[in-house]
Amino acid sequence: MLAITIPYWGQSLLRVLGGIVAVLLPAGTIVYLFLFKMMSFMQSRLGPMEAGPYGSLQLVAEVGKWLQKEDIMPERADHRIFKMAPLIVLTSTFLLIAVVPFGPDAWFTNFDVGVFYMLAVSSVSVLGILIAGWASANKYSLLGGLRAAGQLIAYELPMVLAVIGVVIQAGTMNLQQIVFAQNAGEMFGWNGLGNPYILTQFVGFCVFMVAVQAELTQAPFDMPIAESELVSGYMTEYSGFRFLIFFIAEFATAGVFALVASVLFLGGWGVPFSWFGWKSIDGVANWMNVVGPIIMFSKMMLLVFLIMWVRFTYPRFREDQLQRFAWKVLIPVSLANIMVTAILKVVF
Amino acid sequence: MSVETMLGDRQKLAYIAAQAADARLNVELETEGMTLNIGPQHPATHGTLRIICRLDGEQVIWAEPSAGYMHRGYEKLTEVRTFPQVTTLVNRIDWLGSFANEVPFILAAEKLMGVEAPPRAQHIRTILFELSRIANVSLFLGDLGVQMGAITPVFMAFRDREYVLNLIEGATGGRFHPNFDRIGGLFNDLPKGWIDETRATMKKLRNFCDEMDALLFGNEIFQTRTRGIGVIPSEIAVQYGLSGPNLRASGVDYDLRRDQRLPLAWDKVDFKVWTHPDGDSFARCWIRLQETRESTLIVDQLLDTIPAGPIMAKVPRIIKVPEGEAWVSTENPLGEMGYYVISKGDLGPFRVKIRSASFNNISIVPWLLRGVYVPDVITILASLYFILGDIDR
Repeated sequence: MLAITIPYWGQSLLRVLGGIVAVLLPAGTIVYLFLFKMMSFMQSRLGPMEAGPYGSLQLVAEVGKWLQKEDIMPERADHRIFKMAPLIVLTSTFLLIAVVPFGPDAWFTNFDVGVFYMLAVSSVSVLGILIAGWASANKYSLLGGLRAAGQLIAYELPMVLAVIGVVIQAGTMNLQQIVFAQNAGEMFGWNGLGNPYILTQFVGFCVFMVAVQAELTQAPFDMPIAESELVSGYMTEYSGFRFLIFFIAEFATAGVFALVASVLFLGGWGVPFSWFGWKSIDGVANWMNVVGPIIMFSKMMLLVFLIMWVRFTYPRFREDQLQRFAWKVLIPVSLANIMVTAILKVVF
Repeated sequence: MSVETMLGDRQKLAYIAAQAADARLNVELETEGMTLNIGPQHPATHGTLRIICRLDGEQVIWAEPSAGYMHRGYEKLTEVRTFPQVTTLVNRIDWLGSFANEVPFILAAEKLMGVEAPPRAQHIRTILFELSRIANVSLFLGDLGVQMGAITPVFMAFRDREYVLNLIEGATGGRFHPNFDRIGGLFNDLPKGWIDETRATMKKLRNFCDEMDALLFGNEIFQTRTRGIGVIPSEIAVQYGLSGPNLRASGVDYDLRRDQRLPLAWDKVDFKVWTHPDGDSFARCWIRLQETRESTLIVDQLLDTIPAGPIMAKVPRIIKVPEGEAWVSTENPLGEMGYYVISKGDLGPFRVKIRSASFNNISIVPWLLRGVYVPDVITILASLYFILGDIDR
């Protein structure tokens, strides 16, 4: 534990600040690294090059531009709800980050039903998207909002089912304990790598990443914002800083989901405990509180890279094909995964 | 035995009343449709085409294209221009394959005057014609990805189209609007080194086609989005006057390059006219991919056999076209494009009727869009491939 004692209000303040950093820093990095640069290189162009060295200040310039814009609202929009919608979407991201552990002591809340909570709050954003689509008083927005609602609810299920495999294997719903179980685990008596669940739960990992892709409404599941048919879906009428909030939420959520996936499948903040001879979670050295977030960050970047790679490559599914894929492929596969995991858990 | 004959009179009346009540209830409970205007300003319509859709949920029950938001009156404007000036106008009809627009008009004027361009000019005309086809259709292949949500192909298309535009610029001086064709020949000869450059570029373009084949056409999502969507049977395609790749995708083996004798060099090369039996969106896209590849092969063959000689026939300095009427149509990138030119012996045409491919191709849209989903509207429009300048003229 930490040597110094911080009063409760101080801890709360630090948590709020840490939460903001943990959401906004990855979001900015993802936008610059992947949206601006990686996408450009994949498309044989340079991307932003003028603002800052290699365009690294481009995002600052863009945010400045968005903040200066006029706050436009459709005349027939439901004003109060219209203003609320982007905040609800962003709130969901902040609620998600609250359970993600970054180190042995570096967590916001150490929650015994962290997985359950995480899956519950991740669907709060549906509400924001749905009311954004409805309140805009625009046909494209309405279609986009309804599509998003249908899609997010359909893909919530495979996500939950994919995580259940991990929960069964770890025997706990506490994310901190799941990290511990992976790093302290062993494979057939050999503990040099711990037991990251991506190896045993590979099917679950694949289903989870596909569901995350759909939850983020990114290609090939970007039917709700399909820019070639619905202009911009539920975001059509949003401009200026309200659009900025949607934009931040989109990429911050990508980062947070990648963090969750790395906790569930890649061993989270930890290194295999056998490397340093740690026996229990209390035995973990204090410096992991500093190294842990860095490890998490690099794992997150790896997963976001996967998400973005798919996003920039694939065309999009149609709404009915997308639903069929969720109900006929992902859900049966993840159910089978749960059964196999349960049987093997009993056998070994 | 029908229901009525089994029943007595009273029962019959009661039955009719019940049916009437049912019908009334159905009317009252009918879900309200929604009219969605796709366009005139919309990311999916490359230009200002407006499609009025009546939707039931996400299903289109009725759709109608409303063209004319960009009408520029080129048919009328030709009446106040001299014959050589008209090419400047018609360049802008299908702005992605400009050179191909000039050729049929010039051929019609030549037909009226009774001159024929020398063989070298015919050859170079055909090469530039095919280059503009490649420039046009390669952009289509990239745009197809964007319409279906894949953002990367379009940048590849822009990258490789640039090479072709450089060639057109090298030969004619204009990237988009060459204005290079003259009555009786061409404005200028090819620059030095252009032929080798073109050969190298054609190789690049074939690579681009392979890339598109792998990236887009081999993609399973792309296939599920396009296969069986927007099927046009061959009779319907003929009835609606479709032409070009849209017609050939429905299995009609009709290509004006092969089926018509014009003073151009297509009869000197050996090429395959691709057809596809399915007639769906995938077939239309696939045909265009194959044709782009075929065009690069045509250009290669033509480059090998360019004859020597002048590039301009003997025509008077001030061109007066004798009285008469002429109709010439060619296989343009978008389909059959033709000009019906009436001359009264003046400096300019008396009347020009332009038959542009896209205008006829989108006439099938109301027939084709009944009962499809909104995402398929975009797929079908993308696969029909129109250019707004070609619709509105």
